[in-house]
Order: sequence, then C-alpha cells, then structure tokens
Amino acid sequence: MKPAFYFLLFTLLLAACASASTRPQTLTILTHDSFAIGENIIKDFNNANNAKVVFLQSGDAGSVLNQAILTKDAPLADILFGVDNTFLSRALDADIFEAYESPALSDIADEYKLDPSFRALPVDFGDVCINYDKNYFTENNLAVPQTFDDLVKPEYKGLLVVENPASSSPGLAFLLSTHAHFGDSYLDYWKSLQSNGVVVVDSWETAYYTNFSASSGKGPQPMVVSYASSPAAEVFFAAIPLTESPTASIVTLGMCFRQIEFVGVLKNTPNQDLAQKFVDFMLSQKFQEDMPLNMFVYPTNKNAKLPDVFVKFAQLAENPALLSYTEIAAKRDSWIEAWAEAMK
Amino acid sequence: MNCGRPNFFQNMDTSIRIYLSTFFRSPFSRILLWLAPILFLLSYFFLPLSKILILAFNTSAFTKTNFQLILSTLNFTFYQAALSTILTFALGLPSAVLFSRFNFHGKSLLRAITAVPFMLPTVVVASSFNSILGTRGMLSFLFPLSFSSSPTFHFLLILLAHIFYNTTIVIRIIGNALSRLDPKLEQAARSLGADTFRVWKNIILPLLRPSMLAAALLVFMFDFTSFGVILLLGGSNFSTLEVEIYLRVLKLPNLPLAALLSIVQLIFTLIFSILYTRAINQVTTQTAPRFSTSRSPKTIRERIFVFTFYILLITFFLVPLASLPIRSLTRLEADRGQRGEVQYGFTTDYYKELFINRRGSLFYVPPIQAAANSLGYASLTVFLSLALGYPAAYALAKPTRLEKFLDPLIMLPLGASAVMLGLGFIISFGRSLASPWFVPIAHTLVALPFVIRALQPALASIPERLRQAASTLGASPFRVWQTVDFPILSRATLSAATFAFTVSLGEFGATLLLTRPEYPTIPIAIQRFLSQPGGLNFGQAMAMATLLMLLTTFAILIIEKLRLPNSGEF
Repeated sequence: MKPAFYFLLFTLLLAACASASTRPQTLTILTHDSFAIGENIIKDFNNANNAKVVFLQSGDAGSVLNQAILTKDAPLADILFGVDNTFLSRALDADIFEAYESPALSDIADEYKLDPSFRALPVDFGDVCINYDKNYFTENNLAVPQTFDDLVKPEYKGLLVVENPASSSPGLAFLLSTHAHFGDSYLDYWKSLQSNGVVVVDSWETAYYTNFSASSGKGPQPMVVSYASSPAAEVFFAAIPLTESPTASIVTLGMCFRQIEFVGVLKNTPNQDLAQKFVDFMLSQKFQEDMPLNMFVYPTNKNAKLPDVFVKFAQLAENPALLSYTEIAAKRDSWIEAWAEAMK
Repeated sequence: MNCGRPNFFQNMDTSIRIYLSTFFRSPFSRILLWLAPILFLLSYFFLPLSKILILAFNTSAFTKTNFQLILSTLNFTFYQAALSTILTFALGLPSAVLFSRFNFHGKSLLRAITAVPFMLPTVVVASSFNSILGTRGMLSFLFPLSFSSSPTFHFLLILLAHIFYNTTIVIRIIGNALSRLDPKLEQAARSLGADTFRVWKNIILPLLRPSMLAAALLVFMFDFTSFGVILLLGGSNFSTLEVEIYLRVLKLPNLPLAALLSIVQLIFTLIFSILYTRAINQVTTQTAPRFSTSRSPKTIRERIFVFTFYILLITFFLVPLASLPIRSLTRLEADRGQRGEVQYGFTTDYYKELFINRRGSLFYVPPIQAAANSLGYASLTVFLSLALGYPAAYALAKPTRLEKFLDPLIMLPLGASAVMLGLGFIISFGRSLASPWFVPIAHTLVALPFVIRALQPALASIPERLRQAASTLGASPFRVWQTVDFPILSRATLSAATFAFTVSLGEFGATLLLTRPEYPTIPIAIQRFLSQPGGLNFGQAMAMATLLMLLTTFAILIIEKLRLPNSGEF
C-alpha cells in the first residue's frame, strides 16, 4: 500500500516539475536468483540517467515468471529479465510485456530474435551439454562418448548423472535435446539410458557438486548435464590457478540445447521510458561484455568481445538441438509427465 | 500512623491483585491477550493464503487421476512422517533424559551442537551426508554400490536426515519438561519400593505427556511438510504433498491441482492440531523444582547409559557436521589431474576469498555483512515471536471455549505450503514485499507455533496455589510473577527463544519473499556460491556453512548461558 502511494506521489511530483527533477528515478528489475552483474556497470547507468536501479530476485526463472503473470495488473517491477525460450510462450501468451523494438537490436544476432513482435528481447544464451571428467576418461582409457547412442553402451554404464526435468532447467533442456533427436520415441531412449544406470537427481547443484566426479564434491559419476561454459568457470573459480580445465563438454551434433534468455518491459509500468533505456543498455556492448564472467552466459550482441577464459576453455555447441519455442510451450508438460511415468 | 503508608500500598496491592485476577478471567482480557497474535496471523497468514486459494481453486481439479495422485502422495507423506517421528523419538527421548538428568563434560556444547542441523540449508546437509554415506563417501565400504543407488537407500537417507534435523525439538521440549519435574515424586515412589521401570511408567511418562505430545506434533508436522530433504536426498523417487505442490506451482503448472493439494495438507494439519489439543487438555499439574535436577552418573547402569548416548550423539551429529569445516579447509584440486606443481591439502584460501569481490559484482556482500544480516533478522524474529507468543501462551494455559477454537488454528502456518503462501504474499502485498521487514515477519510465522508450544506447557504447569500463596503472603503481582512464574518460565523462554532464533537463521519460509540482493543472509550467500561451478565456489560455500555453524553454536551457547538476575537457582 504505502510504497504504491509514495510511488504515485512521486510520479505526480515528477510530472509537476519534470524539468527541475533532481531526485533519481527508481527502476525496479525483477529477475531470478542467478542474476549477477558488475557494480560499475549499474553505477554508470544510474549516473547517466539520474536513476536508481533496484533488483528483486525471486527464485528460479519459472517462479519469477509465475509471479510476474500473477501480478500482471499491478506489476512488482518495471522490467522482467530471465524468461528463457522454454518459458517464452507462456510469457507471451500471458501478455505481460509491452512491445519495444529497441534500436540496439541492430547489433543482436538474428537467430536469437525469437519474438517477431519484440515484446521479449534476447540478452544472452548458453548451451546445456554433458560435461565430462577429463581425468577419468584418460585414466581409464575410455573414449569420450560422442552421440546419444554411445551413452547407452555398456562401457558407460552408471557414468552419467542428469537432473530431473520436472524440477531443474538444465534437466529439462537435456530432455528437450533428446526429444529433438529421437522425436516421439525419446522415451524408449530414456528407458535404455535407465537400464544403463543413468542417475537422476533433483537439481543442478546436487548433480554437479554431489554426483559429478570432477567437481569439488568428487562424486561417483564422471559425466553430468551442465553448461558448455562450466569448464571455463572451473578454471576461473579454481582454488589454485589452472592451465587446463579439469572438465570439458560434449558439443557434437545435437547433443546440446541452447537456452536463450529474454528481457521485457512489463505492462502497466509508469516508468516506460526509463525501462526502455535500461533494455537498450542491457543489449549494449558494455553490459554484454560484463555478463559472461558474472553469469557464465554468452552475449547476443555481435560486437561484444568474450573474456579470455571463455575463448580458451568454453566451447559452443556445434549444432544445438532445434525445437520451436511454441512447440516446447505446447508440449513441455506432457513430455515431462510422460518422462516421469516412464522413469518410475 | 507510622504504618499508614505500607497499609495503603498493601491495600492497593490487594485491589490490583483482585482486579488482575478477575481481569484475567474476563472475556475482555482474553480478547486483549489474543489481539496481537490474531491480527498478526490474520494479516500475514490467513488473508494471503485464502486470497491465493480462492484465486487458484477450481472444481476442474476434481478428476480421478488427481485424486489417485493425492491419495498415493498422502500415503507416502504419512508413512515417512510417522516413521521419521518414531525414529526421532527413539534417539531424542533418551537424549533428553541424558541432558536433563546428568552432568558430564562438554554438556552444553553437545546440546548446542544437536541444534545446529536445524538451521543448516538442505543443500549443505545433503552434501555432507553424501561425503560420508555416498557412493564414494567415508563409510561407503559398508554397503555395496547396488544398494547405495537403490530407492531403499534414498529412503533411509530421508529418514536419517529427518532425525538429524528434528532430534533437537525432542531434546529441547521434553528435556525442559523433565527438568521441571518435582524430584520428590520420584523419590517418594522409590522409597515405596518402585524400580526405575515402575517410576517411569507410573510417574514420569504420565507427567511428561503434554510435552511429549507437543514435541511429537512439531516433529510430525515438520516431517509431514518436508520438502528440501525429500527433493535432494530422495533421488526423484519420492514425493510428499509439499513437494507435489511445489512441482504443480512452479514446474508443471496446474494451479487448481496445487490449490487442492494445499487444502488437503491444511486439513490434515488442522486434524493433527485438533487431536493434539484434545489430548493435551488433561494437563497434569506439576510442581517446579527450585534447584538443579541433574547430577553426575553414579551407578554402573547410569554410566553405561551416559557413555553410550554421549558417543552416539557425537557420532551422529558431529561427524556429518565436522565434514563441513574439514572440506572448507581442504584443497581437492590435486586429485583432478593437474600438471605442474601441485599444492595439496590444507588451505585457508576459501576464507580469504570470501572477503574479495573478485568480479566487482554488484551483489557481492562481505561475509561479516551476511552474518550481521542473519543475526539481525534472527534477533528481530526472537523479539517478535516472543512478544506475540507470550500472550497467546498465557491464554492457552487456562483454556476457555475461545482457546479450544483458536488453539488448533495457530499451528496452521506449519502446515501451509510455503510456495502457495508465497504466491499469496505476492498478490496481497505486491511491491512492498521488497521491504526487508518482511523477512522477520515471515520467519516469525514459522517460529510462532514453536514458541507457543514451548511456553504453553510451562505456563500451564505453574500451580495456581503457588501464586495464591505468594499473594497471601503479601507479594505484589510483579513479585508473584518474579518469584513464581519467572523461574519456571525462564527455561521455557530460553528454549522458545532458541527455536525462534534457529528457525530464522535456517531461513525457513524464505521462499515467501522477494529478495533484495543487497541484504543477503548466510544461507542465501551459500546458495549463490553453490549455483556456479568451480572449486573456489564450492570451497567458499563450505566456508560460509562453517561460519553459519560456528555462529549458531555460539549463539545457542550464549542464549543458554543467559542468566537473568533472580534466576540463580538454575
């Protein structure tokens, strides 16, 4: 109640003395818990626009989107960042975004502009792939599997840990890449994975830090569903400086799923102009170059240069799995439920 | 003439006393006692929850498959909760006896350590369990690989984690009641020839009934609404009502079904609470001792008992907990096939790194700040939940028809789905939810049932005769409270405060809120580190978890050492 009242009062004041306004205007951005960005980047935006950017984090991408949809009429924030292509349709169908064809889009690679009406604008992308423990495969003289069919061979029995697609977004991404590859017979593939001892856990944190052998958790499985940028993070966040990553990704044809994250200006916000400026800013080279080391994602801006650690240690998928976001939206629930039924 | 003044005051005292004693029996005073707690629960629990349930509920959820799902989930939820409660009692009850009856070295430290798991984030507990019992863990040689990847093993892990988390509830509530028991009853029975078994069966256990019920209810409710433990340790084979609600709200959105599941969970919570209220209504009056009831073990049997449970508790609690500081000081890189010079073993880098904002990140917060945030929220929660819990517990201690109606309702926040309530908060409070004040409010919501349940048996146990006797001897109402109520209540208040404190540090109900990344607490900082790959991140998460552990152990030790003036007997 109160903040809303102050807010109204504040905008009225702003309207009354638009020219003489010196107090910074607050801009609220709703996002998921994994969002991070450099301090100086936001300072620069604040100074240039006489703004005060405030972030609200509220769970994972799915939970943030749900909250935005529930509060559509009285939005919690001015901007929502973090809707990915597996959720895009739900956001667009719920009509929570105001269309905004940002001039900054000219620098963004066309392949990421999924929404032709420009309500959701692509900010970053990342590939979900299988990471493997390089040491394990060398020590055991084992070839690294290159295809989905390799993974069900007996020599890889019990070596892979995946996340439950019902509770984890990389888990869902991996399920989607198997669906893109096998079509409706994806469940047969999962059954053979199951008889080959695939381990299913609920979250990325458990899979990576508890089950994966190359992480500090030193778990039992040398292969994990993670991100293609994870090997770079292993180097960047190593406890002692490394010259080589202990992990690598399997990025061969169709083995990865590309997640694209979008930003949008929320409908019914009184701060349209400033919100649009921030969207431009997020697509700008400066912001895009700061993102990789903060969130371990790739920029969509063609001019953004990648940090060294990305160039050396992160791999991009050669040919990521393709599924249209409308098809994902229409079928994701039934795919997940069928998967859960089959894996019982 | 010279005794005019005292007489005057004595008269005034008497009139205040009469006024107060009639006041506390009047319906008006009841309303006054209930005013704050009810307003609090109405605005932060009942209204937001009913708002979201009304919005989401739809008869389209009444399908056969949904009912089958609810039935099978309910079945498992009950089964694991009942089993976990029984096992928690099997460890907790003897431990309560150990702590309340015997003195031994390191008693208060061990007691504090048993409370630590209660506030550790589930991810951390899962990770430390895994380092011990997992397929490559320290004890993995005890069982074959085929067993440690089977659903039975995961189910055992769930049970173990529930015992690990909740034993402290049994120790605190029952131990506190045991120390209040009048040892004369036991001495009298013994002098009449009763053996230990008879003493327990005929005297101690009947007197402990209200506290045992209170502890059983709380433990059962926690297991019944278990969420993180089931998700993380269950290996996707198991699902409780709470897990199912979470999935239906966030992952496979079906709000009508989620609402139906929430209502089922609430109804069962209400049923347990009503059963509990019924059972506890025949509270036995216990006299309170004014001296310590604990002593060194004397007989061989006592020594064996103390030694066995001492070792058992240390192994069960200390081993998993110790794995955190050990891993926060160990470098594991050496095992990861690095070329060149290998630094191996002990390191303090993770702690040093906590103080560096390496990426110049906007959301970086120094560990001291995170600890200060956590402690600040926890202190506010203690204050708020005691302020609201005391009047409610006073009213409940002398129940009228009003209390019989209200009593089960105050337990409901424990049985409400955090995810659903979170949505209710969002639609009820909107942008103002971003205020940091909502954090202690959300924590109080979960802490309040504990605080009330911890205070109520103690308040009910104060014999009215003692108060009357004190008054007759000329004590002022304050003096009555100070000499009669307070010594009996100080223990219960401390245990209530410890609960509120640990509930807050453990971030229960954190999902209710929009977080302002500028004010992260320690559990949020741990989660941030664990959400990215890299040895340093894992090490820092373990270092943070170690800090949380040390902080809480010290805080609990301090709370337990707090001796207010005039309670020197304890």
